[in-house]
Amino acid sequence: MNEQLLHLRNAHLIDPKNGLDACLDLFIVDGRIAAIGQPPTGFAAERQIDAKGLIACPGLVDLSTRLGGIETELAAAVAGGVTSLACPPDTKPPLDEPGLVERLVRRSETLGLARVYPIGALTQQLAGEKLAEMNSLTRAGCIGFSQAKHPIVDTQLLLRAMQYAATFGYKVRLRPQDQFLAREGVAHDGEVASRLGLTGIPVSAETVAIATALQLAAQTNVRLHLSRLSSAAGVALIRTARHAGMPVSCDVSIHHLHLSEMDIGYFDSNARFDPPLRASSDRDALRVAVRDGLAAICSDHTPVDADGKQLPFAEALPGASGLELLLPLTLLWAKQAKLPLVLALARITCDPAAILGIEAGSLAIGSAADICLFDPDESWRVTPEALRSQGKNTPFLGYEVSGRTRMTLVGGRIVFEA
Amino acid sequence: MTSPDAEAQCAQLAELIRPRLRPDTVLVGIHSGGAWVARRLREILELRNEIGLIDVSFYRDDYGARGLHARVRPSSIPFDVEGRPLILVDDVLYTGRTTRAAINELFDYGRPASIQLAVLADRGRRQLPICADFCPWKVDLDPALELVLSTDASGRLQWSLAENAHA
Amino acid sequence: MRNPQLNANGELTHLLSTEGLPREVINHILDTASSFLKVSHRDVKKVPLLRGKSVFNVFFENSTRTRTTFEIAAKRLSADVINLDVTRSSTAKGETLLDTVDNLVAMHADMFVVRHAASGAPHLIADHLRRLGRNDVHVVNAGDGRHAHPTQGLLDMYTIRHYKQDFNNLVVAIVGDILHSRVARSDIHALTTLGAAEVRAIGPQTLLPTAMDKMGLRVCHDLRTGLRDCDVVIMLRLQNERMNGALLPSAREYFHCYGLTPAMLALAKPDAIVMHPGPMNRGVEIDSDVADGPQAVILPQVTFGIAVRMAVMGILAGN
Repeated sequence: MNEQLLHLRNAHLIDPKNGLDACLDLFIVDGRIAAIGQPPTGFAAERQIDAKGLIACPGLVDLSTRLGGIETELAAAVAGGVTSLACPPDTKPPLDEPGLVERLVRRSETLGLARVYPIGALTQQLAGEKLAEMNSLTRAGCIGFSQAKHPIVDTQLLLRAMQYAATFGYKVRLRPQDQFLAREGVAHDGEVASRLGLTGIPVSAETVAIATALQLAAQTNVRLHLSRLSSAAGVALIRTARHAGMPVSCDVSIHHLHLSEMDIGYFDSNARFDPPLRASSDRDALRVAVRDGLAAICSDHTPVDADGKQLPFAEALPGASGLELLLPLTLLWAKQAKLPLVLALARITCDPAAILGIEAGSLAIGSAADICLFDPDESWRVTPEALRSQGKNTPFLGYEVSGRTRMTLVGGRIVFEA
Repeated sequence: MTSPDAEAQCAQLAELIRPRLRPDTVLVGIHSGGAWVARRLREILELRNEIGLIDVSFYRDDYGARGLHARVRPSSIPFDVEGRPLILVDDVLYTGRTTRAAINELFDYGRPASIQLAVLADRGRRQLPICADFCPWKVDLDPALELVLSTDASGRLQWSLAENAHA
Repeated sequence: MRNPQLNANGELTHLLSTEGLPREVINHILDTASSFLKVSHRDVKKVPLLRGKSVFNVFFENSTRTRTTFEIAAKRLSADVINLDVTRSSTAKGETLLDTVDNLVAMHADMFVVRHAASGAPHLIADHLRRLGRNDVHVVNAGDGRHAHPTQGLLDMYTIRHYKQDFNNLVVAIVGDILHSRVARSDIHALTTLGAAEVRAIGPQTLLPTAMDKMGLRVCHDLRTGLRDCDVVIMLRLQNERMNGALLPSAREYFHCYGLTPAMLALAKPDAIVMHPGPMNRGVEIDSDVADGPQAVILPQVTFGIAVRMAVMGILAGN
């Protein structure tokens, strides 16, 4: 469907970027937001959408989505209201070749669903030994560089990688986890792991890595983003760095915002995450960090098939399907933390857009009409059938959640409609 | 129905057994009612031999349906069964299944010379070809009822009727 | 959260861990075990309880010793015992754990005795059987990773009850590699449920899990302090691979600091008993004079172990 002139009526517009929180009409011309409130002169809608009772916010921006089957996962993205997403480089093969990046970009553009922003590999093959061709990868479409789950162990090489990235102003994203301290670990080194006999990953695995990254970032002036924070101590380190004026950003997965080690229960492999779910006090600190705007929220979407999860806990693959739960779980957090929607939605729209450095996450006049239209009160049950993603793996299976995407627009085109 | 005096029945049962006693005869009581009766008989008959006690839980044929729930007490056969004349003692003879289980268990201790069966009450309605050698009381009761032997506060044996939990 | 070991009637249907076992269930197992102990003293050491039932010993991790104890127990219950050596062979062919289970269920297994290197593997199997609706198939955990070895835990409780009768005033010291020990975890949960007055965990920090206080333990790093006035000493086996530098400098130094010698044992109560899940490393965690001494009850543990496993299988198969 390709509507040139669209009139969105009666929606409750929430645009955290511009502080908009009101019931106003929105007008789209040629894929861009042309006006809010009063129609532009001479506007004659080709299609009117009555959005009474619904909230229209900027399309969600996700900091990390593993695609797997690109077609189904991008369909899952728009079904979850996500219109822009960053794809980490640990694809098979890894995103360390400009050709691979171009192909991914082209493929996603052809599909015309959510916009895909590849994150390039910081080192060749993600092996942590040789620098990747960051400049060529950027020209091919990469908007930053990371090692995904494969840390650079050699601190000298990490320093060099940051220096090289800083040369061109590229953003470096790191998942802070010291691989020696986390060796063989599968759960938070705490009460539950001790009880269940699971190998623990201490909080120090995260803090040591954060401290290292911050020191090297300070030395190189690289733009640093730390992904998937899991601990209160990690949050404290970043808070201190930010107070000292360092331009470091970070994110928290939506799952870590809600769950703790207790949710492992009797070895529920759907609660296996990397980094691990930590103590409830850690979760509380993550919630404060997100509330304060220190961290953005990320779906950390990781589809895993049944074979990868129906294994003993330590052998199961980590991660959860997150794209379609990002919105409802963010709304749930806002409700529990008694936060206004305009603040909560910022964490999944304009904040991640700013971190990625992309033009998205806003309803400003003239910006691309990437819009998520949702019913905040419609509840639905999380079942394998209800999820469009190939990944049916989520610890929220069977839960009743509130907030359902009713329509998603990308560049003014309706790409999802329920 | 007014229940007969169980203690008096024990005395009657002892007199039925007395003429048939041999010097090496031993009594084996089935937990728990049969064990009480066997102890009474030993006193009345002034037997010197220790009595044996068995719990047939591990030999029951309704294990598949009922499992192992009731408290199992250890069987104790403090004598050599081989070649001995045994008198198996129970409180109530009914379907015969408990007796069957008890005989099977006894044979796992050895090959006795003979086994006779002494019971206080015989409810009839047998499901196996088993009969009592010594029994002072034959009674026909509604299958929905369970005939229960217990001990009162002073330790005297008494009969009562209860709804059959497994009927 | 639903207790995965109990069925809808609250009866024991799997034995996965001593954690979450109600006290009356533990006592029922121990009482039943004492009846089975008598059976083992008879000429015919067998009862017909599990006649016609198939017990599959599925050991994904090699342990002839443990497998044998389960085999003896099952045979004394007249079950048909099938030993499956699945150490890596089927998994190497790409068959998953649950594929193996599905195959054995199709062969009409009534009970699985499972040993696996990964914590939680028996839970996964029990959960799978529940989803298949096969509540007539039972799982006994014969040791999963570092998590649990519940029959060992229960036989330890049987042993303690046998020698000490009552748990209420008992001080129990568990010494050694608690971090990697499924036996220790099973003992700790059972002791807590049975109301032991104090359970002490003794060992160097490298061999103790974190947050032990949350499990209700008193942590001692010094063996002398830990043994003082205790009633029961449970020594744990130190695996060879832990002795070589990463967690401990050497077996020699370990014995010097944490080995149970007669002099150390003298700090405990005079009637204290010494237990060990076997096999022992003489001269590493325990001195031969203690292992063979009057306070050691290590061989009775083995005897009780058969009876306890018979009780567990007898109770499970009937539920």
